Amino acid sequence: MPQISLRAEEIFHIGSFPVTNAVLLSTIVLVLLAVFAVALRRKLSFIPGMVQNVMELIIEGALSLMDSVLGNRKTSEKYMPIVFTVFLFVLCSNWLGLFPGVSSVVVREGAESVPLLRSPASDLNFTLALALIVVTFVNAFGVAAVGLRKRLSVFFNFKGPIDFFIGILELISEFAKIISFSFRLFGNVFAGEVLLAIMSFLVPYLVPLPFMFLEIFVGFIQAFIFGMLTLVFVAMAVAEHGHEEIETAKVG
Amino acid sequence: MDINSIRLLATFGAIGMGTVVPALAIGLIGAKAVEAIGRNPEAASKVQTMAILAIAFAEAIAIYALVIALIIKFVQ
Repeated sequence: MPQISLRAEEIFHIGSFPVTNAVLLSTIVLVLLAVFAVALRRKLSFIPGMVQNVMELIIEGALSLMDSVLGNRKTSEKYMPIVFTVFLFVLCSNWLGLFPGVSSVVVREGAESVPLLRSPASDLNFTLALALIVVTFVNAFGVAAVGLRKRLSVFFNFKGPIDFFIGILELISEFAKIISFSFRLFGNVFAGEVLLAIMSFLVPYLVPLPFMFLEIFVGFIQAFIFGMLTLVFVAMAVAEHGHEEIETAKVG
Repeated sequence: MDINSIRLLATFGAIGMGTVVPALAIGLIGAKAVEAIGRNPEAASKVQTMAILAIAFAEAIAIYALVIALIIKFVQ
């Protein structure tokens, strides 16, 4: 029976900070993305090479998708860093968590053996941190765009009893967003890890293949959902009341 | 009834009851999305984006149930 642990296991300590296998893989993802970004930046030219071409395609596609939600290109370029970074980071974490060697290369930790690397999003700390960052940014962008008074008036609305009640519901829904963001990603990736571990334990050859495809697909979809929800919440937070250009319905 | 039997029953209950309604919800969303595209094929990509978003929300509920079932089964 494979050893399935809900919490990420500690590999070593830096001073008094415990480094878990999920933290290790997420740091590797970070370093890989940073190196790729810096290397591509140095080689940017007016006649693009293949890598620059592909990245331009992806960025253009992402910008036009953001245009359809936010309304104009200028706003999309303003909010692209946070949305695209969240998408890219979650995507690379999920896909690198499927790499051969992750969750299988094992380190002897005292009595039990512990995997050296683990999919970062299968650790609730990672997804909770991302959710907190995203919700903080959404509110910060809201304050920056419409002002502190207007942003607070969404939550504390004293125009009447029903409006007050709706304001309280909005406040509760901000916290519900944090919970649902973190648990959606955590649940999908952790359940995928458990599924792959059990399948590989039961029938090691050939049968885990469709489940690997499923995990690749789910990894992409969850990253896309995270990015899209960030985008939609930013769009709702910075909307000027009066001419709301958001076509998507309000989701709670 | 010892704790392990109750564990098994609880796992079965959590996942069994928790995925019925999200499955219905996703089916309804899909049906409405297909109908909307059928009525207005030009709006296909907008409808598709919105449908995928709504499906992810509905699926999140099933995922919550799955997480609870996994915790019951595998955490001592």
